[in-house]
Amino acid sequence: MDISFFTAAVVAGTPLLYAILGELITEKAGQLNLGVEGMMLMGAVVGFKTALLTGNPILALMGAMAAGALGAMIYGVLTVTLRANQVVAGLTLTIFGTGFSSFMGQGLMGEVIPESMKLFFADFKIPLLGDIPGIGPVFFNQGILVYTGYVITIIAGLYLYRTSIGLNLRAVGENTAAADAAGIKVSFYKYVHILIGGLLCGLAGAYLSLVYIPSWQENVTAGRGWIAVALVIFCRWNPYRVFAGAFLFGGLDIIGFRIQKYDFHISQYMIDMLPYIVTIVILILVSARKSSSGAPPASLGESYFREER
Amino acid sequence: MIKMKARTDCTNREASAIRGAAIIFALLTVSVFILILGHNPLSVYASMIEGAFGTLYRITETLRKSIPLIVASLGISLAFRLKFWNIGAEGQIMMGAMGATFCALNFPDLSPWILLPMMGAASIICGGIWGAIPAYFRAKWRTNETIFTLMMNYVALKWLTYLQYGPWKDPAALGFPKIPGFSPNAVLPDVFGLHAGWIIAIVLVVIVHLFIHHTQRGYEISVVGGSENTGRYAGMNVKNVIIYTLFFSGGICGICGMIEASGVNRTLSVEITRGAGYTAIITCWLSSLKAPVIPVVCVLFAAMIQGGTFIQMAFQIPQSAAQILQGTILFFVLGSEFFIRYRISMVKDTEPEEVE
Repeated sequence: MDISFFTAAVVAGTPLLYAILGELITEKAGQLNLGVEGMMLMGAVVGFKTALLTGNPILALMGAMAAGALGAMIYGVLTVTLRANQVVAGLTLTIFGTGFSSFMGQGLMGEVIPESMKLFFADFKIPLLGDIPGIGPVFFNQGILVYTGYVITIIAGLYLYRTSIGLNLRAVGENTAAADAAGIKVSFYKYVHILIGGLLCGLAGAYLSLVYIPSWQENVTAGRGWIAVALVIFCRWNPYRVFAGAFLFGGLDIIGFRIQKYDFHISQYMIDMLPYIVTIVILILVSARKSSSGAPPASLGESYFREER
Repeated sequence: MIKMKARTDCTNREASAIRGAAIIFALLTVSVFILILGHNPLSVYASMIEGAFGTLYRITETLRKSIPLIVASLGISLAFRLKFWNIGAEGQIMMGAMGATFCALNFPDLSPWILLPMMGAASIICGGIWGAIPAYFRAKWRTNETIFTLMMNYVALKWLTYLQYGPWKDPAALGFPKIPGFSPNAVLPDVFGLHAGWIIAIVLVVIVHLFIHHTQRGYEISVVGGSENTGRYAGMNVKNVIIYTLFFSGGICGICGMIEASGVNRTLSVEITRGAGYTAIITCWLSSLKAPVIPVVCVLFAAMIQGGTFIQMAFQIPQSAAQILQGTILFFVLGSEFFIRYRISMVKDTEPEEVE
C-alpha cells in the first residue's frame, strides 16, 4: 500500500467523521436519532442544488446544514415535544429524507460542480505540519473541509468534557430527571443538540455531493449514515475516538476499488461487503465485551415526561 | 397554563378519529408543497386516485403492488411486537428470493406442484436465517439489532449483485448481467387476473392473526415484547422466543421475495424488492401491528405508489413525491399518538408546572 491510500482514506472518512460527530452529540442528550442517512441525503441534495444555482461554496454548505437541521427539527418536535418513539421517528426521517433527495435531485443526474468551486475545496498543504514525513502528506495536505473536521472534533471534545454546558448536556443524557431537578432546561438542551447533530449530518452529506463525488448521483450516501450510527457505538461515545472510527472506515470504503489493480481472485462485490461486515463484527464485539467505561448515555432512547416520574 | 396528563381512557373510536385527522393534516401539508410547485393539489390528488383505481387494469396493478407490502408488513409486525426493531426486511426479502431462485434454476422441469412449495420452503429458510442471525446476537449479548439488520440488507444486496454479475449470470444474455428467466413451472399461476401471491397474502394475514392471538407461542411474543423480565419470571425462554420469532419474521419476508421473483419478475435481480422492505416498516407501524388492518393500509400505500407513477406522467411531478407523501403521513400519525396518550387541558392557576 502506498501513501496515497491513506490520504484517500482520510478523504473517504471525512463525511463519516461529520456524521458520527453529529449523532454522538445528539446521543449525548439522550436522543437516539436514526435519521442520519435521511439528514445526510437532504444536506447532499440541497447543498448540490445551491452550488449549481449560486456557484458559492459557503452558501452551498449553509444550505446543506439548514436542510440537515430541518430534518432534525422534525425529529425533535416528534420525539421531544410529542414524545414519539425515537426509533420509529428516526426511521421515518430516513425514509422522508430519501424521498426528499430523490425528488429534489430529479434532473440533476450528471450535473457537475462548477470548477471555481472545486478550487475552494482543493487540497492545500499546512506549513510545518504538512512537512512531517508520513503524517504530513496524509493528514495535512487536504481540503478545507477535512481541516474543519479536525477542528470541530477537538472542539466537540473540549465542549463535552471541559465546559459546564457540556457537563449539563451529559447530565441530561445520563439521568434526565436528575438534570431536570437540578434546574437544567432539559427540552432546550435536547433541541439544541438534536439541531447541532442535524447541521453536522447535513454537512456530511454536502461533503459527499460537493467534494467526494463531486457530481449528482441518486442515493449518494449508500448507507454511510447507518455506518455512522454504528460507529458512534464503536467510538464508545467519545469524540476523540471519532478520528479512529472515521478514518478506519474511510479506508474500508475505498479498499475494494484499490485492490482491483493487485489482481486478487476475489470478486469486487465481495470486497464491497467489507465495511458492512466489519460494522456487524464491531457491533458484536462491543456488545460482547460490556465494559462499564464507554457505556451509552443511560437515558438514551427514552422519552422524558416530567409528570410521569 | 396548559397542563398535560397521561390518559388511558381513549376509546378506539377517538383514537381512529385522531389518526384520521393526522392523515388529513398530512395531506394538507403536502398540498402546500404541491402548490409551491405550481399545481392544483386537488387535481393532483384526484388524478392519483384515478391512476390507482380508475380502470380494472389499474386496480389490478395497485393490488399487485400491495402484495409485497402486505407480506413484508406481516413479517415485520412479528418482530416489532417483540420490540425488536427489524429493519432488515429488505435483505430478508432478497435472501428469500435467492432461495426460491436457486430451486427454480436448478429444477426447472419439476412439476409446479412440487417446485412451487419447494421454492416457498427455500425462501422461508433463507429469509428466516437472515432474520435469525441478528436475533441470536441480540438474545445473547443485546447487540444493537437496528444497525445489525440494516447492515445485513447491504450484505444481501452485494451478495445478489455478486450472483447476478458472477455465477448466476445468464450465459444466453450475451454478456448482459442478468439472471436467467424462470421456467413456466416455477411461475406462480394467475388467479382472477392476478398472480396467486394475493391468495398467499390473505392466508398469511389469517395465520399471523391466529398465531398472535390464539397460540401459546404468539402469547409469549406479546409478553416478552411487553417486558423481557416478565417473560423470564413467567418461566419463558426469552432468548429462544427472540430467535424463533425473528426466524418467522424473516421467513415471512422471505416468502415476499419468492412471490416477487416467481409471480412478478419471473427472475431474480438486484432490484427485486423495489424498496418494499422499507415501505413495509411504515405500513406496519400505521396498522398498529394489527394483522387484519395491514392489508387495508398496504392497499392505500400501493395506491399512492401506483398513483405516483400516474402523476409523474400527468403533471411531470417526480414519482418520489409519493415517498415524501408517505413519510409526511407517518410523521403526522406518529405525532398524533401523543394526543391519544395524553390529555391536554387549560388550567387557570399558576402552579410551578410548565410545559416542556
